[in-house]
Amino acid sequence: MLNQLTISELAAKFAKREVSAREATQACLDQIACVDGKIHAFLSFNAAAALAQADAVDQLISQGGSGANRPLLGIPIAIKDVLAVKNQPLNCASKILGNYISPYDATAIEKLKAAGAIVFGRLNMDEFAMGSSTENSAFGLTCNPWDITRIPGGSSGGSAAAVAADECIASLGTDTGGSIRQPAALCGCVGLKPTYGRISRYGLVAFASSLDQIGPFTKDVRDSATLLGVMSGVDRRDSTSVPEPVPNYVAALDGNIRGLKLGLPKEYMVGGLDPEIKASVDAAVKQYEKLGAEIVEISLPHTDYAVAVYYIIATAEASANLARFDGIRYGARVEGNDPIELYSKTRGAGFGAEVKRRIILGTYVLSSGYYDAYYLRAQKVRTLIRNDFLKAFETVDAIVTPTTPTAAFKAGEKSGDPLQMYLSDIFTISCNLAGICGVSLPCGFTQNPKLPIGLQLLGKPFGEETMLKLAHAYEQSTAWHKEKPSLKF
Amino acid sequence: MASAEINVKYVAHLARLALTPEEETKLAAQLGNILGYIEKLRELDVTGVEPTAHAVPMVNCTRADEVRESLSHEEALRNAPRQANGLFIVPKIVE
Repeated sequence: MLNQLTISELAAKFAKREVSAREATQACLDQIACVDGKIHAFLSFNAAAALAQADAVDQLISQGGSGANRPLLGIPIAIKDVLAVKNQPLNCASKILGNYISPYDATAIEKLKAAGAIVFGRLNMDEFAMGSSTENSAFGLTCNPWDITRIPGGSSGGSAAAVAADECIASLGTDTGGSIRQPAALCGCVGLKPTYGRISRYGLVAFASSLDQIGPFTKDVRDSATLLGVMSGVDRRDSTSVPEPVPNYVAALDGNIRGLKLGLPKEYMVGGLDPEIKASVDAAVKQYEKLGAEIVEISLPHTDYAVAVYYIIATAEASANLARFDGIRYGARVEGNDPIELYSKTRGAGFGAEVKRRIILGTYVLSSGYYDAYYLRAQKVRTLIRNDFLKAFETVDAIVTPTTPTAAFKAGEKSGDPLQMYLSDIFTISCNLAGICGVSLPCGFTQNPKLPIGLQLLGKPFGEETMLKLAHAYEQSTAWHKEKPSLKF
Repeated sequence: MASAEINVKYVAHLARLALTPEEETKLAAQLGNILGYIEKLRELDVTGVEPTAHAVPMVNCTRADEVRESLSHEEALRNAPRQANGLFIVPKIVE
């Protein structure tokens, strides 16, 4: 089935004229019709518009056009509902955006389109990317394709579920504290968070501006390398995008990892780590040794403080970023007698519980009298966390950890206790604070029920080449990434 | 920063966020819990540590002061909740 293929497999079929872009797109739409009633990865999609894009690709190919320099030609890619796609709805899974239609493309989307991708669909998420289970969407739950009583992770739960259930070939998500890697781990796909500044954030609705990055969900590491290459680069519309050269990430995937040093942080293998996850990660580390990598025990001593730092910095930035949703220029509005009343009522009616919680916390830690005690102190501890990583990277090429402490949990299990939910991000959050890159890839399954387990690799700032080379070598020496959920509901 | 208790009503006013009394009560309890957890940052000595606002240290990224293409008037107003004569309509601000 075409919808089950990877980007590289589908591109090879297009090149040989074995299948058309229309057939590939239709296969994804058929799969959505078949399974999305249960999974609910998509908030909306426009089938006619997707097929029209596919027809345009087929016409181009029939006229002798080629996929040269267009590595995504005819590839259906679905998008998290936080990225602007021109003339498509954008809601951030929130009621407050009303009937918003994007007037422009995000830079990452522009680049996908230029590379030939068929950009379609809006994927469910936690409202404004705040959450770890997609239960905070204003538009209903997304279910984990491996067990529909469980959550797909979050905040990019729809992006992970759609790829795992083969409803698209790849998808985009965003990662502020693990929102790509954690759902990728829980749904059994590859999820990549690039280094801060690698991909332009223009057209990404900001949650925490110093932490947010866009990244791909794919069925294998090669596809993540392809998408990273397409989307990376400096952008004059995002002054925090970094003018580092963009290497050929796919060319780096040569399988030769002999002599590379992998750090194993002792702080990550303790506490509430599920024994089955620990066993899978231990086995993956052994596999790396077999492949010729050298394993080095390292220490990241400030790991235990990352969640606390994150929930100060991320909420502080969010409280400022979300001030723009005031009912004046776009989105839903609740009228008031004066502007203040209009703002308050609009925001009270438009935001969900988790977003309100974070706005209050963020406003509080920035407020007069508390700024130094909370926000400034958190920024200083952030420095210590970043220094931990920079020091570790003096001796190792990448770091290997579990992506999550447990496999996918049941819907409702943690939604009543925000702090427990926050602690489920314990292994992914430091990466964003330090501004480095990270990737999660399948490394096994729990036994009963069968749920995916994710292995996390963390790389140096702009060290995606080496990190992906390591991820690819492991992936190709195992068969975990080829396993599919039964989707029999 | 001792035994953190947020005056939710006051902070909600700062954030321009209307909350029901039930929301206020619930938030006060939950945020007290979260702030209790955050207290652990006090264990660390941060004397002399520079704060990190941003992982990639870049300063003063300016551009030339030139006219560039941007959203048209029409596009900018397209999502307005209320508009008239090419303007956003807001409640009366000055009597």
